[in-house]
Amino acid sequence: MDNYEIFVSMLGSTVRLSIPLIFTALAGLFSERAGIFDIGLEGKMLASAFAAACVAYATGNAWLGLLAGIGISILFGLIHGFASITNRGNQIVSGVALNFVAAGLTVVLGQAWFSQGGRTPQVPNGARFDPIILPGAEAMRHVPIIGPLYSQVISGNNILTYIAFLMVPLSWWVLYRTRFGLRLRAVGENPGAVDTAGISVTWLRYRALIVAGFLCGFSGAYLAIAQSAAFINNMSAGKGYIALAALIFAKWKPVPVMFACLLFGFLDAFANFMQGKQLPLVGEVPVQIFQALPYILTCVLLAGFIGVARPPKAGGVPYTKER
Amino acid sequence: MSLDNDKKPAIELVGIDKRFGAVHANRDINLTVAKGSIHGIIGENGAGKSTLMSILYGFYQADAGEIRISGAPVAIRDSQTAISAGIGMVHQHFMLVEDFTVLENVMLGAEGGQLLRRGVASARKELKRLETDYGLDVDPDALIEELPVGSQQRVEILKALYRGAEILILDEPTGVLTPAEADHLFRILQVLRDQGKTIILITHKLREIMAITDTVSVMRRGEMVATRKTKETTVEELAELMVGRRVLLRVEKGEANPGAPLLSVRNLTVKDGRGVTMVDDVSFDVHAGEIVGIAGVAGNGQSELLEAIAGIRKPFSGDILIDGKPVAGVDPARLRALGLAHIPEDRHHMGLVLKFEEYENSILGYHRDPRYGRGGLLDLDAIRKDAEEKIAKYDIRPPNPRLKTANFSGGNQQKIVVAREIERDPKMLLVGQPTRGVDIGAIEFIHRRIVEMRDAGKAVLLVSVELDEIRALSDRILVMFAGKVVGEKTPDAGEQTLGLMMAGIAA
Repeated sequence: MDNYEIFVSMLGSTVRLSIPLIFTALAGLFSERAGIFDIGLEGKMLASAFAAACVAYATGNAWLGLLAGIGISILFGLIHGFASITNRGNQIVSGVALNFVAAGLTVVLGQAWFSQGGRTPQVPNGARFDPIILPGAEAMRHVPIIGPLYSQVISGNNILTYIAFLMVPLSWWVLYRTRFGLRLRAVGENPGAVDTAGISVTWLRYRALIVAGFLCGFSGAYLAIAQSAAFINNMSAGKGYIALAALIFAKWKPVPVMFACLLFGFLDAFANFMQGKQLPLVGEVPVQIFQALPYILTCVLLAGFIGVARPPKAGGVPYTKER
Repeated sequence: MSLDNDKKPAIELVGIDKRFGAVHANRDINLTVAKGSIHGIIGENGAGKSTLMSILYGFYQADAGEIRISGAPVAIRDSQTAISAGIGMVHQHFMLVEDFTVLENVMLGAEGGQLLRRGVASARKELKRLETDYGLDVDPDALIEELPVGSQQRVEILKALYRGAEILILDEPTGVLTPAEADHLFRILQVLRDQGKTIILITHKLREIMAITDTVSVMRRGEMVATRKTKETTVEELAELMVGRRVLLRVEKGEANPGAPLLSVRNLTVKDGRGVTMVDDVSFDVHAGEIVGIAGVAGNGQSELLEAIAGIRKPFSGDILIDGKPVAGVDPARLRALGLAHIPEDRHHMGLVLKFEEYENSILGYHRDPRYGRGGLLDLDAIRKDAEEKIAKYDIRPPNPRLKTANFSGGNQQKIVVAREIERDPKMLLVGQPTRGVDIGAIEFIHRRIVEMRDAGKAVLLVSVELDEIRALSDRILVMFAGKVVGEKTPDAGEQTLGLMMAGIAA
């Protein structure tokens, strides 16, 4: 393989590894811009992956699997809302609790239903999102430079990948060009302003969590029935946290979120590529270093080295009317 | 404009009653506000003014009673109904989204459709009209956080007018304004009234009531005790109605008898966490037996100055001397041992732990004193006995050292702090906003204690944003603006002179 081919294949896996991050980080964007910390992204992702795999396996239909994933993810969001909006509980505690519930429940139910050690059975062909070959991809393959790029990076992805990239401008448009977006951004900064304007803070925040659940459902489905063909024990493997880091890294803005996710996806791809390879002088570099990089970069950012990341002001604070 | 006008009143409240648990916040309130008038509502903290207005604005529901707008009964269930009934409210703490533009803030809740584009155009046009009609000039594309406080308040008024408010409620609107900004606000309110709007002004400042209102209603302990035409009443009568007895608005004190300088500040510069200079090369002395007042609009470095002297904030450069010994950067415990007591500006944030019982707070910071225990163990009996003595001496109510501090009223909480610091018999006393959120009775009491400290030969440094308080207590007044001491005056300097200095216009 020459260097360009390596570059193209790494780009391809960067895209594939970024997709769940993009969906999840955008989900976090909606809830956090509304003032609800969403540490439960990881759990939502895991639960929706499990639901998507189960339903796709049972019905043989990938779209129904996706729908189930979205449904479960929204349900988790509503529970988070009930605890932290309606009952004004601590959002971090509620989110962490949901992560534990998801981690435990997927294994227990998986074992009870399928007896495969927490895994779901392989989803049959046709019940997952298969790669789509764009027109002309085969013919382009041997055109120098653009050919491999088109056939390996742009073409050959499943439908969810394209949806993910569509969600980025769509999220931007919703946040900055619609009434819902204006109110959502306002409620994350100063819920008092929203309340005194005669808008229900509670309903607005619930709607934000529903949108977040919707987006996060895609990421779970992507893991279980697009990237792989079954649910595997703890298959989200911390991606929810990485997405949260990407969200902070991107300062809670949709387009930077996409780039942050691509960067973190690239680091992941790079870590895979470097596995077992010798570097001149240093020798083999442990993979863990690359896996830790997203967190390290986020810490560096939070310490203020790359400009100030200002979180939504009302984030994490349950809203109570003042006496 | 007068009450005997035959047109229907803008607002009638009939028999409004509201309880929060054991607290009877509003008792059988009746109030009539004439159309096209400025109606003041005055009362001490906790008199129930804000609760009443929150009921009118739909924040709370009254337990009983009726609200009539222009003669017709209206059930105000939430702020949305209040807004559609033509009521707008400017809150004490602005309800603005700081990283939004003026335009976005004005539109919020009245966007005119699912998409923003059309609404933006019409809001821009409407803002232009409001600006020409009422003289409310604000750049619609400016970010709120970059605007001065006076402009932010105008945005709040614009928000209400944009929603078609005919009745405007302002809750303590001048608390954060300079005298000049307050005058500007009053001019706007007069224009609004002359154009037929009805204005309700909630305040505890008698001066404002006299200056701008047509009618004034007085609330005391949840009841509406009187309504007067402003022209026919006096400051003294209103003050008496507010507290239910005669009060001295002026502090009686004799000549100061200053001795040697006890506390000296030399070329002190203090920076905040962001590295912004908050106190800029400030020097002054406080002598034994005098009260030095620092006047200034909030945020001009007074807080940082006080914190630096108290040892809470590290100075960037310069010296602080106690009895000629440098103490800059020394920690608060050592400073206390040197005889420096500190009544902090914000009792909730620094002075008290609200979840503690009263007696625990009464020794906060002095718990190492051998009188209160030894060997790391507290002698609770001794502490409670000590607390009971302070409660009796300072008339802290209710007289129960086992009550959670959060359950005392603002005035009584402040007395807990004042008692704790003064009863240590310090040589120097730092006092920040001693009567913020404190009712008139307690203000009088606290002021007397501070003057007693002076008469006992202590050095007192007083920081307050209430110019009246500074003038009543101080023997010398230093005015701070943008981190610098811009001048020194005697307390008989005119309010206008001091106001101009506080605004950084004259020295």
